[in-house]
Amino acid sequence: MSVDSAARAATREWEPDRELLRAALLVTDRPTRPAALSAAFTFGWRAILKIKHVPEQLFDVTLTPIVFLLMFTYLFGGAIAGDVSDYLHYLLPGVLVQTVLITTVYTGFTLNTDITKGVFDRFRSLPVWRPSPLVGALLGDTVRYVIASTVTLGVGFALGFRGAGGVPGAVAAVALLVVFASSLAWIFTILGLVLRTPNAVMGVSMLILMPLTFASNAFVDPSTMPSGLARVVEANPVSHLITAIRGLMYGTPEASQLLWVLVAAAVITAVFAPITMHLYRQKN
Amino acid sequence: MPSTNDSGALAVEASGLVKHFGQVRAVDGVDLAVRAGTVFGLLGPNGAGKTTIVRMLATLLAPDAGTATVLGHDIRRAADEVRSLVGLTGQYASVDEDLTGTENLVMLCRLYGFGRGAARERSQALLTAFDLQDAGGRQVKTYSGGMRRRIDLAASLVVNPRVLFLDEPTTGLDPRSRNQVWDVIRTLVEDGATVLLTTQYLEEADQLAHRIAVIDHGRVIAEGTSAELKASVGTGAVQLRLVDPDDRPAAESVMARVLDLTPERSADPAALSARTGDSAAVAQLLPALADAGIAVAEFSLGQPTLDEVFLALTGRPAADEEIDEGSAA
Repeated sequence: MSVDSAARAATREWEPDRELLRAALLVTDRPTRPAALSAAFTFGWRAILKIKHVPEQLFDVTLTPIVFLLMFTYLFGGAIAGDVSDYLHYLLPGVLVQTVLITTVYTGFTLNTDITKGVFDRFRSLPVWRPSPLVGALLGDTVRYVIASTVTLGVGFALGFRGAGGVPGAVAAVALLVVFASSLAWIFTILGLVLRTPNAVMGVSMLILMPLTFASNAFVDPSTMPSGLARVVEANPVSHLITAIRGLMYGTPEASQLLWVLVAAAVITAVFAPITMHLYRQKN
Repeated sequence: MPSTNDSGALAVEASGLVKHFGQVRAVDGVDLAVRAGTVFGLLGPNGAGKTTIVRMLATLLAPDAGTATVLGHDIRRAADEVRSLVGLTGQYASVDEDLTGTENLVMLCRLYGFGRGAARERSQALLTAFDLQDAGGRQVKTYSGGMRRRIDLAASLVVNPRVLFLDEPTTGLDPRSRNQVWDVIRTLVEDGATVLLTTQYLEEADQLAHRIAVIDHGRVIAEGTSAELKASVGTGAVQLRLVDPDDRPAAESVMARVLDLTPERSADPAALSARTGDSAAVAQLLPALADAGIAVAEFSLGQPTLDEVFLALTGRPAADEEIDEGSAA
């Protein structure tokens, strides 16, 4: 259908209409360079358009949490916690964090796709604030994080999860998670710039994220682990993040936990955003 | 030394540009002088360094050595000024295939600073000028090759660039689409734009470019107008095609005797060619072939083609090189 009409259009003779072309070229007024944030928002708009045009990309973002929640709750829940609904209560914040963190991989993946397809050359040849394509992509990705969170929380609610933090707690948890995920995405933009193919970005990113999310307190209480492993798991930044998220969702937030996450996000951004920008400028 | 002369200012000026990729000197000391309002062609095989030169001039890549200015702005110190004055169309469609034609153009208009309404108007005008108004609502991935190149060109023209860099603008296009792109380029230049294009098609450089730089192994090995380049090879070329390919050895010895040289065998088994300036001898070639009983299908005496120019300059045909442009780009 669409291919047919493309073929039809291609076979139609086209002679450039020089007058139309001239008219289109005669723009005397050059608009002034857009503000930095305005350019970034335009790139964010692009990312959202891509979600609109290619909704398939949300399949795994939405299916993974459903599968994980069902699998862990009913398959392992009884064995791990002795009671399915108790385990769901423990598990949901962990799956929420894992889902959103895995979604951050897309930032690097789409960046690498842009580079391999050549569209990034166009962006880099524009007179705009240099980080705006990257910042814009991160802004657009927050939409993805929110969608993934909403699906996870919705499924959790349907399965019977009720947090004492209520809706405000859940919203605060998602907000905190989005902040942390956006900082983490800077690590994957580095991979997006360094590795050769989008699939390599995906593979390496998963290799980092899988141990990081599983060797955390997402699924199992570290106190049940051998002491050496427990220490590692408790030191894992993802465990700190999950603890803070649990606090918000259970209605028992602690300022120190929240502060820890915010400081970690700031540090990650401060370290990795400049590295990304350096690589971006140097990119061949 | 290229300098501004009576014929007008230089739009692009480069001197001693060098770019390494690892061990490879992709660009090895390139000087260029492109006069404003002209088409300048960078001609060379794959991997010669053409793309790298364009990417440096378009501020996408920092040179390792050398300097260049675009409309008087230094590509390093005034990169933003350069970016606001140039348009770029890469070797591959540099638009977002997932978005529609309209969305791509609106996005670029917004990035150049157009307001919402103005961006929409401008996009519509560009789509109409390139006869894509009916395709504006479709994703670019559904476009044909020719349409894709047109949306790509339109995307480069959002702010009426004074200098347009076109990296192999017609590679992979069918002849009709190629002619359309050529027409667009000619129109742009008539309106005062300067175009720097790379091509591996000799015909394209011949058709479009006022001046041509022949690039090989990252260096400019010859520069001039198409006619100058042809003249630098020397003289005209005799092209001969026989009715019967079996006659070729006999015709070869007749040619060698009459013209006092060794003719070249073309890929076509019935064809021979020779470069000579001796028109008196050439005039005797046909009667001599007739005397030898050799039937001639085609006979021409003309200027050398740019293919021959490349062969004469490098000792090699302008065929693909083993260097992978992907790793050198």
